Amino acid sequence: MEQGSVSKKPAVVEEWEPRIIAFLCNWCSYAGADLAGISRIQYPPNIRVVRVPCSSRVSPYFIIKSLQRGWDGVLVSGCHPGECHYISGNLIARRRFAVLKDMLEYIGVEPDRVNFSWISAAEGERFSKLVREVVEKVKALGPAHRLVKGE
Amino acid sequence: MEGLGNSIKEAAERLLNEGDVDLVIGYERGTTPLRSTPCFIRDSGDVDRLIWDPTCDANLAKYLIGQDAKIGVFVKGCDARSAVVCIAEGQIDRDKVVLIGLPCSGVVDRKKIDSVLDGREILDATVDEEKITVRGEDFEEELPTKNFLCDSCLSCRHRTPTVYDIMIGDTPTEEPDTDEYAEVDELESMTAEERWAHFVEELSSCIRCYSCRNVCPMCYCKECFVDETMPAWFGKTNDLSDTMIYHIVRSLHLAGRCVDCGACSRSCPMGIDLRTLLKKGEKIVKERFSFEAGMDVEEKPVMSVFKQEDSEEFVI
Repeated sequence: MEQGSVSKKPAVVEEWEPRIIAFLCNWCSYAGADLAGISRIQYPPNIRVVRVPCSSRVSPYFIIKSLQRGWDGVLVSGCHPGECHYISGNLIARRRFAVLKDMLEYIGVEPDRVNFSWISAAEGERFSKLVREVVEKVKALGPAHRLVKGE
Repeated sequence: MEGLGNSIKEAAERLLNEGDVDLVIGYERGTTPLRSTPCFIRDSGDVDRLIWDPTCDANLAKYLIGQDAKIGVFVKGCDARSAVVCIAEGQIDRDKVVLIGLPCSGVVDRKKIDSVLDGREILDATVDEEKITVRGEDFEEELPTKNFLCDSCLSCRHRTPTVYDIMIGDTPTEEPDTDEYAEVDELESMTAEERWAHFVEELSSCIRCYSCRNVCPMCYCKECFVDETMPAWFGKTNDLSDTMIYHIVRSLHLAGRCVDCGACSRSCPMGIDLRTLLKKGEKIVKERFSFEAGMDVEEKPVMSVFKQEDSEEFVI
């Protein structure tokens, strides 16, 4: 332990920035994010991307666990309905997400913390717009507390 | 219900004697007042143990999972629907089970009876459809049965088994016109903060005994998500987040499968109101996918199928 009473607080208090975990499907949304990258389209650096094979790979566990670990927001994105690489993965996922979203809202978790979207591989511009929108929404909510472990 | 005692015994005796089933599962008198306990009969000489009254609250569909023997089982409306869900999910072989339907007008909630007795101990009780008579050291009280039924029974829409092979007695009894989602609607009309506060208060008394899971016929997973260690999805602690997540995920798993039999609420030693949580899952599935659990053995589980036109207003 360090001796003395010198505070280690930084001189300038940084503005709080949300951390958002983004589950992107390999075939559409990840490629859409990639396109945004190669096209040099700017979007806020608040998201951390997890590449998944399909939006239906995203179990409600992933989302709830993310909230419990203190992520301020969750974004899940897959192929547009009808364009799933695995034909119907995103349609099965859609039912699951609908029930999860309704249930989390019912419990009292802010609805804007958990977001679902469809982004195709050609929608780099739309991906950057989506990220900006989600970051705005989560920023407005402030840091996550509900369901966060230890809070 | 009175006078059905003989009919249930005859039905069980006939099934066993004619070799239609190897085992009959019903109810017998429990060891404490107002309690019944599941009863497993292999020998037709034992059918006199069987009873049927408003204390017969266990959901016997639970005992059909993973059995090889041919089983005759007594089912109330809700138990039959549970069995139908398990049949549709491939957990019960329809050909190996004989569903013996019972006409049910609700089962008693012992917690409600205890709440009016101010801690006085019941030493003996008799129950029928009209009245509950409880006797203790120096008291005897008569209570109207209809005021002490489980919440699930008070708004039960399916008192007649949806699927059965044999029906005992007349197919019952008028069904209530109360709003089955009244409690859910009330919560929905609150703000997110109020709902959160409500569930925090309700669920923070949970001691994670898992009796709600163990008593539920739908909770047949060989390894429950809370027991899994590789990966250990969620903690086994009594940290509020872990407890709440257990109940949230359980209600997600039961959405479109729960038939509101009320077994979990009755088994909860802490008196937690699990019903408002599970009923919400039921309501979501009903409103979004027009599905009601346990109506048809041929119908695919609602969360394993999809429609192109499923609503996606939540997608941004």
